[in-house]
Amino acid sequence: MRDARADIRRPLGARLWLSGGWLTLLVLGALLAPLLAPHDPLAQDLFAGRLPPFWQDGAQRGYPLGTDSLGRDVLSRMLYGARLALVVALVAGTLTCLIGATLGLIAGYYRGWADIIISRIVDIWMAFPPVLFAILLIAVLGTGLTSIIIAIVVIDWTRFARVVRAEAMTQSAMDYVASAQVSGRGHFSTMLTEILPNVLPTILALLTLEMGIAVIVEAILSFVNLSISTDSPTWGGMIAEGRTSVHQAWWVLVFPLIALFLTVLSFSQLGEGLKDRFDPVLR
Amino acid sequence: MSAQLSVRDLSITLQNGVRILRNVSLEVGAGRVHGLVGESGAGKSMIGKAILGTLPHAMNVTGGQICFGDVDLMAMAPKARRTWIGANAALIPQDPLTALNPSKRIGPQITRRLVDILGWAKTNAKARALDLLAEVQITDPARVMRSYPHELSGGMRQRILIASAFAAEPKLIIADEPTTALDVTVQKQILKLIAQMQAEHGTALLFVTHDLGVVSKVCDTMSVLYAGKVLENAQMRRFFTHPIHPYSRALLAATPTYSNPTGSLAQVPQKVIDGVEQDIRHHDIRNHI
Amino acid sequence: MNLLRVIFLRLATTFLTLFGVAVIVFFVIRVVPGNPIAMMLPPGATEADVARLQAQYGFDKSIPEQFFIWLGGVLQGDFGTSISTRQPVSELVLGRLPATLELSVVALLMACLIGGTLALTGTRMRGTRTEGAIDVSTGVALSVPDFLWGLVLILLFGVLWPVFHISGRISPSLDIDFTTNFYMFEALLRLRFDVLADLVGHMFMPALALAIPLAAIIGQLLKQSLKETMHLDYVALARTKGYSERHVITREALPNAILPTLTLVGVQFTFLIGGTVIIERLFSYEGLGNMAIDAVINRDLPLIQGIVLLFALLFTVVNLVVDMLYVVLNPRLRHA
Repeated sequence: MRDARADIRRPLGARLWLSGGWLTLLVLGALLAPLLAPHDPLAQDLFAGRLPPFWQDGAQRGYPLGTDSLGRDVLSRMLYGARLALVVALVAGTLTCLIGATLGLIAGYYRGWADIIISRIVDIWMAFPPVLFAILLIAVLGTGLTSIIIAIVVIDWTRFARVVRAEAMTQSAMDYVASAQVSGRGHFSTMLTEILPNVLPTILALLTLEMGIAVIVEAILSFVNLSISTDSPTWGGMIAEGRTSVHQAWWVLVFPLIALFLTVLSFSQLGEGLKDRFDPVLR
Repeated sequence: MSAQLSVRDLSITLQNGVRILRNVSLEVGAGRVHGLVGESGAGKSMIGKAILGTLPHAMNVTGGQICFGDVDLMAMAPKARRTWIGANAALIPQDPLTALNPSKRIGPQITRRLVDILGWAKTNAKARALDLLAEVQITDPARVMRSYPHELSGGMRQRILIASAFAAEPKLIIADEPTTALDVTVQKQILKLIAQMQAEHGTALLFVTHDLGVVSKVCDTMSVLYAGKVLENAQMRRFFTHPIHPYSRALLAATPTYSNPTGSLAQVPQKVIDGVEQDIRHHDIRNHI
Repeated sequence: MNLLRVIFLRLATTFLTLFGVAVIVFFVIRVVPGNPIAMMLPPGATEADVARLQAQYGFDKSIPEQFFIWLGGVLQGDFGTSISTRQPVSELVLGRLPATLELSVVALLMACLIGGTLALTGTRMRGTRTEGAIDVSTGVALSVPDFLWGLVLILLFGVLWPVFHISGRISPSLDIDFTTNFYMFEALLRLRFDVLADLVGHMFMPALALAIPLAAIIGQLLKQSLKETMHLDYVALARTKGYSERHVITREALPNAILPTLTLVGVQFTFLIGGTVIIERLFSYEGLGNMAIDAVINRDLPLIQGIVLLFALLFTVVNLVVDMLYVVLNPRLRHA
């Protein structure tokens, strides 16, 4: 067990640097989108439809990554799409984490009725196909940024609740918790000062993972035309459009796909890397 | 006396350069029992593993020769060596609780290798297994053959492993601390059983242990190992009456006997240990067979 | 006696879960804005027409009342009538279920095959570059969800090197008169290999997209588990018996290492089935998931309810089967 963990640890440096590097780039791109984007992401130019990226024949200056069928600049749409993706990642990820981890901590530490009820609900949630659940929720809530964030929180809080509950249970069984309780500390304070710090590395890893998942859920919802609104530049929307015209203009699909792929990969690798770094046992 | 197994100048080194064994030499006579004594960490199990070819990945044989009868094991290709070992040698492992595959019944664990490796007929292999289980004093061998390991006691499992080791009539058996993991009462029975089986089958036996008392009961010859180095190779009786190396003498003094039951409290004096370390540095080895 | 108690408790919680799912779906979709009835009627329908249809679908009653009427029907196998197609929900749903089941099972088999191969190769190649490469690639495969793998595959095998079909389940020209909806199974039984090849050509990409993350999970976990098992004494003992390293890994270590992987594969298989929803959409594969998304878009309440409940049932059945398999494969539990 020990040596296996050490094996995984070896490429940690490179992993953290690469994923952190891409995410930094992404944040900068999103923040500076108005400065960097060569065009208005919504501006259509029907005379400049389906222009290829710069290295291909027929490319036009000013459209480095080409245009889609309506003549909208792919690079500009990606930069503005990054803003939405990051907002969804941060807000939905954090909220999901707060709600799920709190419930998991309560269930795992207090056990008893709280645990029974929370675990039952988690079981019910696990019996839903998550994508279908999200689509259903958006149908109920209506499209828009808030709806998407709510939908992500509602479907994914169980991920935190399950893992944190299990971790909190393991930690509660440790002697140091018993000694804290014997020393007259209250339950709530024991939970916060003894259990939480030991569960934190796991929560942190899950949090970044969840940010990646949030980006994907947003893309999936955009893909089935249920995201923010049809004309907002989102990666998912671009992918949906690129999927239909993949034989005529592959670049409309490929560039946002690469961005999405790297972002999701970076979030999860960052989480794993951070977990190893902050795990008091491994450090 | 012809040697069944002779190890000459065997050295084993870890990947990071730490030497586990230094120029170890020992011999096991055909049909004889050779004790290999040393404290834990002395590297005695590694000798057995080197002979059987099951050294951990991080360790390499960096020198020496292992001859099995007339065959030079080190000169063989790994694959050929493995089948050869499978047919001619066997291991009685240390911990009977972990040495049987938990997901398989006892019967196949004894008979499969007879069928797979040695090409026996299934019925012969089964009959052989039943005979052997009876020979190691297991009552109702047929039922035990159908059992899973977790249904049997530690002593039973060690008997099964002993039976399994003798199944193919190997020329050499390596017993790696075969009684250490057992209860004291069971230890005696198992020791007696191993000695009995060895005498009946006439198998050469390399008996690895940290217990001089055990060695005195079953062995003909013995080696004393310290920090990866053989300090003394000796005839059994000679060793107990005239130990040559100071470490051997100290070791004997630290072993409880009936005449000196408090001997267990004695320790190997630091001065002796320092002397041994000095010896090892000077590559001074004393062979007395 | 004790075993019976465990089974009873297990069934009870299963029913509780299914009931919970039913309640939640039912009440959530009643909040969906937009009148589903209005979408069914031709323009210019009268108030009376609307009222008549609403009564027909029971929408004029209170929501709890509607729920119990629906639940009563479900218990008798009647899931109501679809609003958009006016066919019985059970008929529609069972008609699509085989497509989704075939896709999921093929994906699961692919995942086990790929994951198992990776784990065994990684174990045999301990400490080499191959092992490192396997570790890195499973790490990447694991972090990226099926939706993205589907898109990557479309680019690779649909555009760059177009060898597989990008959408649908079967080419219309080859749509022989199937008696069941298990096309692949039936084509195999009727020895129509041309049809089978076409079906495989359609299913390859969606199944692989679903399989990649699961294959990575299986590969990582099984390899880890094998690594731990390979250190055990009975494996070392088997080596001295003259068996090849391959035999030692597959026959001695694997049967014991596979158990912890199995439970995880069970949970992950339910995730895989959940993933078919978007993958079927992506590849226009005519299964349950694709139908579910259409049902949501069309506000077809009875159909949504039926599909979600069927998914939930599928998930709980998978979990039950895995638990039973675990007992069967573990001799220690079998005899307890």
